[in-house]
Amino acid sequence: MSELHTVNKSPFEKSSFDSCMGHVLEGSAVLLYEDGVYAAMQGTTAEAKVKSAQGVKIYVLGPDLKARGIDAARLIDGVDVVDYAGFVDLTIEHDKVVAWV
Amino acid sequence: MKFSIQINEGPYQHQASDSAYMFTKAALDKGHEIFRVFFYHDGVGNSTRLTTPPQDDRNIVNRWADLGKEHDLDLVVCVAAAQRRGIVDDGEAERNGKDATNIHPQFRISGLGQLIEAAVQSERLVVFGD
Repeated sequence: MSELHTVNKSPFEKSSFDSCMGHVLEGSAVLLYEDGVYAAMQGTTAEAKVKSAQGVKIYVLGPDLKARGIDAARLIDGVDVVDYAGFVDLTIEHDKVVAWV
Repeated sequence: MKFSIQINEGPYQHQASDSAYMFTKAALDKGHEIFRVFFYHDGVGNSTRLTTPPQDDRNIVNRWADLGKEHDLDLVVCVAAAQRRGIVDDGEAERNGKDATNIHPQFRISGLGQLIEAAVQSERLVVFGD
């Protein structure tokens, strides 16, 4: 049983990203979108949490990166960019979707 | 695959309604079924036909209504959340003695049971909100 966790708020605004990373299990995935994309950037306090997530794939929504002027080159290594179609695919690839709203 | 969508945030607040719309559109484009879109909490604000954004801005309500019409989507507004926030259809206007309605005809007001049914009937429930 794998889960797709979605986080839509900045880790510097709300604790939903921290809560998510504290609960996510190996084999599951996290999609960062809306202001959640800031957690995928290099050089912030969120970086260590992203990197220490063992066996957890981290995705980020491309259109939301672009809307915030974040270049893909500034993302933490191993984070994959998806579009809305990719978002839909992720919800299907995992057994359930957990929204950390 | 059969999806249902839940929206807990009003239009023009942050981005939840926009994200939900883009997700729903992408799912439909891929040939998936949207069983229901349920507007809950401040999300009920997405259903008022009286919304008038500036001409160069997106009309979030009409965008949902147009997508709903095109794909025959069941756009359901939570009744208790709607009553609190002044979203009114003919039935609610009569029941509560209101002098006007404001819901867009593409939406319908119903109860929380519709959300539970959507969660049971759909293979995925995707929640957008604050």
